[in-house]
Amino acid sequence: MSDGVKRTPTDWQSSEMGGRIRRRYAAERRFRWIGLGAILLSAGFLALLLFTMVSNGARGFTRTEVRLDIDFAKAALFLDPATVRANGAKAALARSDLQGVVARAAEAQYGGQGARLFADTAWLTVLDAIEADPSLLTRSGSLWLPASTDIDMAAKGDGDPAAEQSYARLSSGEAARTRFNGDFLTSADATDPAAVGIWGAFKGSLLTMLVTIAIAFPVGVLSAIYLEEYAPRNRWTDLIEVSINNLAAVPSIIFGLLGLAVFLNVMHMPRSAPLVGGLTLALMTMPVIVIAGRNAIKSVPPSIRDAALGVGASRIQVVYHHVLPLALPGILTGTIIGMARALGETAPLLMIGMRAFIATPPGGITDPATVLPVQIFLWSDEVSRGFVEKTSAAIIVLLVFLLAMNGVAIYLRNRFERRW
Amino acid sequence: MVEVENRADTQAEPAPAESAPKMRARGVNVWYGDKQAINAVSIDVRPEHVTAFIGPSGCGKSTFLRTLNRMNDTIPSARVTGAIELDGEDIYSSGMDVVQLRARVGMVFQKPNPFPKSIYENVAYGPRIHGLATGRQELDSIVERSLKRAGLWEEVKDRLTESGTALSGGQQQRLCIARAIAVDPEVILMDEPCSALDPIATAKIEELIHELRGRYAIVIVTHNMQQAARVSQRTAFFHLGELLEYDETSRIFTNPKVERTKDYITGRYG
Repeated sequence: MSDGVKRTPTDWQSSEMGGRIRRRYAAERRFRWIGLGAILLSAGFLALLLFTMVSNGARGFTRTEVRLDIDFAKAALFLDPATVRANGAKAALARSDLQGVVARAAEAQYGGQGARLFADTAWLTVLDAIEADPSLLTRSGSLWLPASTDIDMAAKGDGDPAAEQSYARLSSGEAARTRFNGDFLTSADATDPAAVGIWGAFKGSLLTMLVTIAIAFPVGVLSAIYLEEYAPRNRWTDLIEVSINNLAAVPSIIFGLLGLAVFLNVMHMPRSAPLVGGLTLALMTMPVIVIAGRNAIKSVPPSIRDAALGVGASRIQVVYHHVLPLALPGILTGTIIGMARALGETAPLLMIGMRAFIATPPGGITDPATVLPVQIFLWSDEVSRGFVEKTSAAIIVLLVFLLAMNGVAIYLRNRFERRW
Repeated sequence: MVEVENRADTQAEPAPAESAPKMRARGVNVWYGDKQAINAVSIDVRPEHVTAFIGPSGCGKSTFLRTLNRMNDTIPSARVTGAIELDGEDIYSSGMDVVQLRARVGMVFQKPNPFPKSIYENVAYGPRIHGLATGRQELDSIVERSLKRAGLWEEVKDRLTESGTALSGGQQQRLCIARAIAVDPEVILMDEPCSALDPIATAKIEELIHELRGRYAIVIVTHNMQQAARVSQRTAFFHLGELLEYDETSRIFTNPKVERTKDYITGRYG
């Protein structure tokens, strides 16, 4: 250099240099440990959550059954096997006094308090058994019937002393067993924790999600396309953008109030129905899809648009042939995130009446229904101890539903992902 | 003063003896917002000629190229005034369909940009959306012919279903040329088509441009002056949004009339 200043050559071996190098290495090491610690902490919390849920909830999927010998020939049911084989058998059986038969047989076998050993719904199991094998009506049979909640809790080591004694007697006589509770997955809510099932809420969630995605996905994606590809940049579109961003951050209960005011009070849609729940959640999910969709569309390289325009594609052809297929993985990811949030949502659905006690699974989107998170909320509020494990079991079902949805999302994303 | 006079001379074209120009621009101005990018450019593009646009970076040659098939329409702030005609028809008039215009005036971009689809689909896309083929067989033959003209057929004929993005850079650019000629355009605009390619791929593209010249009017923007000298018959020198000189390539490179052109070509600035 010609500036006249003579530079001394850099001494790469000096002690300051050595210190700088040591500090640099120390900083890197420190950062690595902090990152590792953060990951371990979150993994630990996740493991704790899963462990608690699974250990509590696993018991919710089993039930205790008690053996009962019933002599149907002497039970005075006034039914003969031929009637039961004919059509309307279930109705005929339901009309007969099966409950009385069970109670009398229990008292005969286990003494004066015998009926208390069995769940209120035990006769339904008897009904199913007769329907499956009508010849039972002419002989005596030994059936495994669901135990009452007290006995069930005692079997799971959480009962009161009297029930513990009864259970001890039963199990020593090999008259009690624990089995997987298939009814939990196939029936709906009930007042007796021994008889509750998750299917009603599961189906309610499924129908609500279907309504949500049917509304939110097309509306959200089309809005995103219009805003990104067609809308001019001016004050109005800025206003719309700000509104959508704000809408995505509005607390969910406010969407519930909106649903109550608009869908129920003004449009007079059916209360507690998946239709209204789905519409309300769609309002909540749509901004999330619009934002994710716009980002995905924005990230499609402009060179692809140029290429399509250059061979004479119209704007709509550019969008549907090129931009949308490339943006789809991102749009789907955003949609699933929005849907997962909607699936876990409780507050807005409470506002539109989906917290009612619904003992039959919904048949369609206009039937009264409840959804998984609301069911969890309702059960966690119950007094009876039997509901504690059912709550955990319902949480497991909800988490499995969520995991399945995320799994589908990851599959779809990989399926549509393309390089450019 | 000399410059101005000379510019007036070059803009006094076309000479009456020449064949009718394929495209004709008169007094074209382009603004991006308040900034004027192109100032009163008038130029004729001749059929079966390669016209090169040269000039320093930011001189507006790419901008002007993009006005020739209205690609600037996609930039909201861009505004174009003046007249540009294709075969005597004003391309900015309301009667001109921009989709048809872009089919007639095709474009090849600086960076190879094949669609992330198969090689076949890349070439077939244009004919398909314009309904140029009535059946699968006709489409097959268009794809084959286009790839042959682009000099790519021999390299890809056994793997037409592979992704166009899996090809090398030079092959991708020839694929883009095949895609552009598949819709049978009248003019092909090339925006620095070789700037992202190595010398061997560049040589292939230049060879291709030579062959395509018999069929199409080609306009090429290039930073590489040797390339302009090699491939073009006519050269336009742009500077700061103005067309300073437009003449036979041999004359521009051996005996430019404008001082600035001479400075640029001899490498004194640019």
